[in-house]
This record gives sequence, C-alpha cells and structure tokens, in this order.
Amino acid sequence: MTAIEQKNKSAITLRGSSEIICEYLDYGINSILYQRGLYPPETFKTAENYGLTILMSQDNKIQEFLSTTLNQLKEWLVQRIVNKVALVITNVKTLEVMERWDFNVQYEGNINQGNDQVSDKPLKQIRNEIRDVMKQIASSVAYLPLLDCLCSFDIQIYTKSDVVLPNEWADAEPANIKNAQSVKMRSFSTNIHKMETVVTYKNDD
Amino acid sequence: MAQFSTNLSLNSSKQKSNSSINNSKTPTKNNSGADIVVRTKKTPAKTPSKSKSPGRSTTPTPNKANGNKTPSGGDRFIPSRSATNFDLGHFKITQNEENASPSKQELQRVICENLHGNDIRTQKILSYQKKAPAAPEGFQNPMRVLYTQTKTPASVKSCNRYIPQAPDRILDAPDIIDDYYLNLMDWGANNILAAALGSHVYLWNAGTGKIEELMEMSGNDYICSLGMDTGRRFLGCWNDISGSRSGQIIHHDVRQRDHIVSTLSGHTQEICGLKWSTDGKYLASGGNDNVLNIWPAASNGHHTQNQTLYTFTAHQAAVKALAWCPWQPQILASGGGTADRHIRLWNMNTGSCANAIDTKSQVCGLLWSTNYKEIISGHGFANNQLIIWKYPGMTKVSELTGHTARVLHLAMSPDGSTVLSAGADETLRLWKCFVKNTVKTKEEKTKSKPSVLNTCIR
Repeated sequence: MTAIEQKNKSAITLRGSSEIICEYLDYGINSILYQRGLYPPETFKTAENYGLTILMSQDNKIQEFLSTTLNQLKEWLVQRIVNKVALVITNVKTLEVMERWDFNVQYEGNINQGNDQVSDKPLKQIRNEIRDVMKQIASSVAYLPLLDCLCSFDIQIYTKSDVVLPNEWADAEPANIKNAQSVKMRSFSTNIHKMETVVTYKNDD
Repeated sequence: MAQFSTNLSLNSSKQKSNSSINNSKTPTKNNSGADIVVRTKKTPAKTPSKSKSPGRSTTPTPNKANGNKTPSGGDRFIPSRSATNFDLGHFKITQNEENASPSKQELQRVICENLHGNDIRTQKILSYQKKAPAAPEGFQNPMRVLYTQTKTPASVKSCNRYIPQAPDRILDAPDIIDDYYLNLMDWGANNILAAALGSHVYLWNAGTGKIEELMEMSGNDYICSLGMDTGRRFLGCWNDISGSRSGQIIHHDVRQRDHIVSTLSGHTQEICGLKWSTDGKYLASGGNDNVLNIWPAASNGHHTQNQTLYTFTAHQAAVKALAWCPWQPQILASGGGTADRHIRLWNMNTGSCANAIDTKSQVCGLLWSTNYKEIISGHGFANNQLIIWKYPGMTKVSELTGHTARVLHLAMSPDGSTVLSAGADETLRLWKCFVKNTVKTKEEKTKSKPSVLNTCIR
C-alpha cells in the first residue's frame, strides 16, 4: 500500500465533507423545530447521534421537504457554490419573519484541488465539534423569545448567481427581521467546509 | 309588482357599479303612491334623515323576500381602501426618483452587502417550492407553559394525611445569590442549619432558633458550596469556580497534603449537580451540557473510577437537581432545567430510565422523603412552587406555593419532617410537610418487636 493510498483511507473527501455538513443540518434543524415548539412534541422521536439524544420529526411531509432540500444542498456544496443556508421561521398568519437561523458556509483548504480535495481531520474530532454546537442549539431556548403563534419554516439557500435552477426550485426574498438581535454559536470545520451557526431573533424590548 | 322590484334592483346595482349617487334618475320617483311606499322600503339607509322615521325596522325583510341581493347602501360610493394599494402607488411614484440618483443606488447596494454579507446581484437565494406544512390549526407552542402558566394542569391526588399549605416559618435570607449553579444550604444531623448568604456563612439552630455567624469571606469572594459533616471524610466536590467551569470533578482527601486524589473529566461544561448514592456505590454528576454521568466507586470506596458507568443524555437542559433514594440505593431521581422540566427516575442496576414526568417548570431541587415514599421537588418559573410526588407512580400529592421567585435549594431536617426551601426572593421557608403520623408510628413500634425476635432466633 502506497503512502497516498494510506492517506486516502482515513481521509474525508469533498463529497464526504458535504455529507457531514448535511447530516449536521438535518439533526440541527430537527432539533430547532422541536426546541422552538413549532410542531407538536408527540410528532418527534428520539434518535442518538453525536453522543446526544436528539429529537427528530416523524412527519412525512417535513421529512420529505428536508431530505429533498438537503440532497440538493449536498450537490451544491460539492460544487462550492453555497454561501449560506438559512432556516426561516415565519408566522403563518401575518407572514412576519420571527426568527432566522443562519448556517454560513466557508470553503477551507486547498480549493484548487477541485474534486480531489481531501481532509485528514479525524472524524471523531469533527463529531465532537458538532456535538458542542448541538448542545448550544438545545440550550438556546433559555434566551430566545417564545414563538407564541402558529409558525412555519422554510429553508433558503444562498448560492452564487451562476447556479442552474433545478425543477421545483425558485428564487426567494431575503428574510429580514425587524429589531433583530443575533447570537453566534460555536463553529465547526471539516477542513473542507467550515460551518458557522448564528441565530437572529426579534427583540421585543 | 315583482317585475317592478327586479327592475329597481337592477337599477340600484347599476348605480353602484357606476359609483354615482343619483337618486333623481330612477324611474320610481315619478310613480304613484303605492310605488313610493316600495321605494321608501327599498332605500332604508340612503339618506340619514329617512332613517329617523319609526317604521324603518321592518324594511329589510321585503328586500330579502324579493331575492334582492344588492347591499342596502346601493347607490352610495364607498371606496375600498384596502384594495386601492396606496402604498404601492406611493412606491411606484417615488421609485422613479430613486432611479435618477446613482448615489442612492450605491447606498442601497452597501446596505444590502452589510445585511446579507454579499451583493444581492452576485448571489441568489433559492428555496424548494414544495414547502413543509405548518403545525395543525389550533396547535399551541408547548413552550408556552413556561411563560403563561397559572396553575399546573395535572390533577392533584387527594391524600389521606394533612399537608399544611403555608410554610411553618419564614426566615429572611438577604443577599442570597440567585445562581442555579451554587449549593448554598445544608441541614446537619445536629439540627443546625448552615446557609451561605453572599460572603457570610450563618448557622441557625432549628431547635432553639439561635443565629450565629460562622465566618465571613474577605474581599469579593463568595461561597459557592457548603455541606455539613455527616461523618464521611471523603467528599466529591468541585474545587472552585474555575474548576467547575471546566467541567472537571476533583476528588479531595482533606487529610493529605497532596489532597487531589483524582480528577474526572466527563463533562464539557460546568457541573451543577453532584451527589453520592446513599450506599456510597455511585457518584452522580449533572452538568450544564445536559449530561448526567454515573461514576462507580473505586474498590476502596473512597473515590470513583475514572470511567463513567452510565452516561445519560435524555435531559434537554442542565441537570442540577439530583437525589438518591434512601430506601432503594440504586434509584436516582434527576431534574432538568427550563428547557427540559422533567423529573427522571433512573435504575442503576439496569441503567435505564424507570420513569419520566413533565413538571411544566424548571426543576431546581429534589429531595426524597425519609418518612413517606414521596419525592419533593423545587421549581422555578412560573409558580415557584414545591411539589410533592408519590413514588413510584409519580402522581402529584400536593403543591406548596409561597415563594415569589424560584426555589434555589432544598434541605431536609434530620428527623425528616420539615423541608427547608431557599428562594431567590431572599427567604428561607420551612414546610412541615412530612410529619410522621403518630398513630402510624405506634403501629410501626409494635410491628418492629417480632422482627427483633426473628433475628434472635437466627
């Protein structure tokens, strides 16, 4: 076995890194939906990941929406055209944006390598970093204001302008919040993608 | 007659669509008296002067009978302000002006860049069009109970003993630090209560009611934790603020010069709850990282092994309240913070969660009664109450309210009859909620005699 092969054995490829990011977003978004009380708690089931118990929605439509969105996002992450993923929580009746979770994406390492880019960061270390962010998400309810209305969510993906618009996708308006306040969570990195999580919410005071 | 009325209705609807108020053009005006009656009936609210006539109230019914669907104000122009789009009109007018000014456009671009981190023209925002559904109509955010609760909506089981609903005594506790992560109170076996208020430690003799000041810290130091001596020399304790913030548990042996026996690192954030089991086999530690760790005692029983026996991640908030069952040493009760609100019962033999109950409020403290098979829990927002639960069914026995801020700590008197709660409202309240039934204790005494005999025979 050559040295290169050995290196590749434990390395994370560009696609693998995109998968790690999407897995984090899947668990993170489900956790937010549960923690912020958007849907009835009985529609969630516990799942073990990152050494934590995370509640995942069992609603078919929500699952379908998330998997379609995240699968598309994965392709765009491989193409390195995503700048940001935003989870927008809106009031169903007034359509006012109540809260926005920004997942900012940065591309690290030697981007010139293209699709052959690999990272040798241990997976365990990445998962530990993700776990710390997940814990922060779970404890964010302590300071976020109560969403005292029927709310819905949407996922917006900020891409570079030269993206080919797939079927059933459309341009969206940026979601801005009046009198907003932001809290930045920890960030984690696969050495290919760096992900920073920020929550922005409406300040009532 | 019917023909005439339809004619009139047509006419009035036409008038409405033309948005003109022109009564004189209607043909009815020049008709005979009978027709005038119809006309006045048809036009109930046209002019304010007519509405003053007494017979007006009956007029709407003939309209309906004729199937006339035009609204009563048929010939009056009422602009629909919601549909006129004044905002849009204003924007369209002012938009042209903005297009003329390049400096304004530049300003917009800079604002946009600051808001979105990127120029909107070099970036696209995309979203999938088949949106996820909203929650079912009528669904209410379950977190709401934390903010707007008036009374916990669980039924209170009636019990066959009297539990006083008011505190037996209230003591002032000025300057008590309102911090979820401190342990500021203990009730020793000698019936002396110790409480740390800011930088002072006070002793209160529960028998005589005397108060003594034990010590005062110098400078800005404050006490984070205190415990009365119960005969055990070895304590698992977190050393100081810096140590606790790092999430380490340090075993000290106070008889040695190098007092640190071992250091446990099982938490990533500060530790807020720490308890030895009643038989000394396990040490439970709860952290701000929502994790509850169980450490098995080392073979000599003085400290624990460095590997956790169990790691429970079921709590969704910081785990402060921890209490081991006095009569079943393998049972642990733990309570979660604001986002969790659950009391969970764990069995150490199986490593499983035996029961979990949503208390609808932050759980700050837990104590097992030694006189009854019951648990008492101290809560925060919204009612700041103490709740007594029946074990193992976890049905509510009683709720004790009185504190005006969250209950920070709980302690029990040596005889197990009184529970002391320290609130963030700077009061210590004594609740005589576990007083032994005197009749029952007599029965117990008579029962205990044969058991002594039994041991003799063996």
